[in-house]
Amino acid sequence: MTTNTLRSLSGSLSRAGTTATKTRISVSVRRRNATTATQTNPAASVEPPPAGGHLPSIAQSTFLKQTRDQALKTVGIKWADTELDEARGHQSSALGSGRETRKMNTYQAIRDALSIALATDDSAIVFGEDVAFGGVFRCTLGLAEEYGRERVFNTPLTEQGVVGFGIGYASMGMDGRTGKGGTAIAEIQFADYIWPAFDQLMNEASKFRYRSGGNFDVGGLTVRCPTMAVGHGGLYHSQSPEGFFLGMSGIKVVIPRSPLQAKGLLLASIRDPNPVVFMEPKVLYRSAVEQVPTSDYVLPLSSAETLVSGSDLTVVTYGTSVYRCEQAMHLLNNPPEKGAVGSNIRDAVKDWANHPAIKSNGKGKSPSIELIDLRTILPYDLPSVLQSVQRTGRLLVVHEGPVTGGVGMQLAGEIGKRAFLNLDAPVKVVGGWDTPGVALQYEKFYIPDEIRILDAMLEVLAY
Amino acid sequence: MFRRASRSLRTPFLHPRASFATRALGRLPNSQSPIVSQPHFFNSVTGSNEQIPAFRLLDGTGVPIEGADLPEIDEAFARKLYENMQLLPNLDNILYNVQRQGKISFYMTAYGEEATIVGSAAALEDNDEVLGQYREMGVLLWRGFGLDNVMAQCFGNHEDTSGKGRQMPVHFGSPKHHFHTISSPLATQIPQAAGVAYALRRTPDRSNSVAACFFGEGAASEGDFHAGLLLASTIPSPVVFIARNNGFAISTPSSEQYYGDGIASRGPGYGIDTIRVDGNDVLAVLTAVREARARSLDQGRAVLVECMSYRVGHHSTSDDSFAYRARSEVDDRKRIDNPLVRFRLYMESRGWWNAEAEEELKSRLKADVLKAFKHAETQSRCELSELFTDIYGGEEPWNIKEQREDLARLLKKYGEDWEPWRVELQKFKNKGQELSTK
Repeated sequence: MTTNTLRSLSGSLSRAGTTATKTRISVSVRRRNATTATQTNPAASVEPPPAGGHLPSIAQSTFLKQTRDQALKTVGIKWADTELDEARGHQSSALGSGRETRKMNTYQAIRDALSIALATDDSAIVFGEDVAFGGVFRCTLGLAEEYGRERVFNTPLTEQGVVGFGIGYASMGMDGRTGKGGTAIAEIQFADYIWPAFDQLMNEASKFRYRSGGNFDVGGLTVRCPTMAVGHGGLYHSQSPEGFFLGMSGIKVVIPRSPLQAKGLLLASIRDPNPVVFMEPKVLYRSAVEQVPTSDYVLPLSSAETLVSGSDLTVVTYGTSVYRCEQAMHLLNNPPEKGAVGSNIRDAVKDWANHPAIKSNGKGKSPSIELIDLRTILPYDLPSVLQSVQRTGRLLVVHEGPVTGGVGMQLAGEIGKRAFLNLDAPVKVVGGWDTPGVALQYEKFYIPDEIRILDAMLEVLAY
Repeated sequence: MFRRASRSLRTPFLHPRASFATRALGRLPNSQSPIVSQPHFFNSVTGSNEQIPAFRLLDGTGVPIEGADLPEIDEAFARKLYENMQLLPNLDNILYNVQRQGKISFYMTAYGEEATIVGSAAALEDNDEVLGQYREMGVLLWRGFGLDNVMAQCFGNHEDTSGKGRQMPVHFGSPKHHFHTISSPLATQIPQAAGVAYALRRTPDRSNSVAACFFGEGAASEGDFHAGLLLASTIPSPVVFIARNNGFAISTPSSEQYYGDGIASRGPGYGIDTIRVDGNDVLAVLTAVREARARSLDQGRAVLVECMSYRVGHHSTSDDSFAYRARSEVDDRKRIDNPLVRFRLYMESRGWWNAEAEEELKSRLKADVLKAFKHAETQSRCELSELFTDIYGGEEPWNIKEQREDLARLLKKYGEDWEPWRVELQKFKNKGQELSTK
């Protein structure tokens, strides 16, 4: 699928896309050298790919809701007006009949969530670098015009300042009746630039409630940041830093996989009584398009979702890697006729079917894989993963972030501890290599792609 | 004595030569900078070779200096100021020794900075939001926090309303007194103050409050200082930044902390009104912070006050400052420039104070402090189960629940037998029973 077809998928945004591309280039120029001018070459006739990149395979994903009906039946969806109805003692239409959906890409869905947050909560503010004109990834498009510059505004270039400001804002009881703190929705332009704010998150936000014995909290703080690789981000526009947050008790970390998920999980994060770091896989901003309910809803935090049920291998992943795992499963079930990939798969499946243990188990002829989207990284849904691995006996964890100190090793440790006797194979983790970052020209060999995931699946199955 | 700066019009400093050239050569297209034809380097915010002036009202002997415009205060208010200033060393003397006896783990005195702290507290409204660094206990006491709360926090006992014994001594906090809980990392409170003030601006009924943010001259070297002043001036938010320049960051003298003209020189860099004040003159601090507060509210923007003082005590109980400064230097400063003596002499000159009152106050304060100390000393800690509370709001994650159960299991198994644990458990309310009997 070409860039142009994908762009047309995102509807009327091709014009906005062009502007955005130019701006984003200037942003990265400024990042490298703050003093050089932000010129772009007007002579360039071929439009560069958007900074968010594209992942063509996403368009075919069966995980994206293509119809209104599918979207409204999303597992775990909770409608805000239903809650209101229930609070008022009315009978509610729980199934969501009569609700509207609209085709949205991820940045539109995030923008929709932010708009709902601003509309339903007077204390809510949205701020960060370049937020007022719409954000370098367009997630705040038109919000400043709609809700005013007092509530949607630019900040100077200071990540520690942005998060510190948000903490201060969220620490104040702004609602006279409930004492609820202010809702501060901060944007860090790239997850790669969250490090100056790490002190504010680690030493301040995560400890705010604990250190004050519950006197103060910053539950109203949500820090959004684009994350993961896009094909051309290099060392400083590709990082997946979620592993560093695993030891940050008091904070929640959430990573959505799609527009519908992003909207519901972001609204849940904004309204959660804890500070949340919300990482948005930036290749999905444009590439992932699906039907998204237009009304106000949330999806549960700390709750993994089983996307495909299976009996022989549990694959746990999140964010962009969800689609690569889907592709790998597709390859496994449809091995290419020719070449090493196909013959490897066919051999592995044959071995699997002939394995005495498998035969005696009465399992199927080809391995069946269970795919789980972890969604919340901290505190993660260990019970769901454990329950699955106890059934399948095998676990593979896939993410872009480096293996050492990452989510995969965390899960491997917990599962090894709790499901030792259920395991038929060692837990396998496929992640980014332990290089100091995502090297620009080498990205294809850094990010776990379909073939690496497939190979890992075969390895774990063959054990 | 202060010229009220208008919200939008601030007269920028212009070099005399530059203003002439302006007419001749015009201005830059993207700024208001006048064009000059000669290279004009500058390294001063005063426009001269003089350093930024320090505002003072009373000299070292409590006599108003020439031209001083004293704030109108009555005897009762003056007494309140003095008693609060005098409370600090009385409290410090006892808690410093209590730490030396091993009864509390740590302490930080405010010796020498009494006027800066109490003068600022008195200039603020009691519901202005205070974000302190760690040496601002005097602000809480001014607002009626009380000695029992101070002692409970320092002992970390079950009456500690600041943080259930989770933080080191002097990490106070009280929403009731609009005092945000202290944390140890330096300067983190500075960008937070901008957010707090922005919230005040946006909260009905709070638009007449400011955030008051304290920090030392050492903390002003942290990135968070620059982030905070930048945000509170750019976004803008009504914060009164109060720099306590006491000459030392632990052992590092301010001469090694910065090369420029103190902290005050940085204010104009952020476009905010700034004043340097003699931090040992309580009336000057009171006047300056009051005016700073008024400007901050009027402009809706940050204002910076640099209080010049001298840290007479050691940095903390973990520090022996005579390793890096002469005892005689400290003694001299105590003798020549003592904020308590200065204000006492002024009060005596007004007939508001005498030796008898001094004696009565000191013995009363000492008795009050000892009473609170004796009460706190005998109190147990919180329940041990508080180790695992206040981590997340809402549903408790599985790992916290599981780890609490794990500790409970271990307590059941070893709690009475393993001596280090048995001894420690005695210090907790319920002796850990709420965990181990579950």
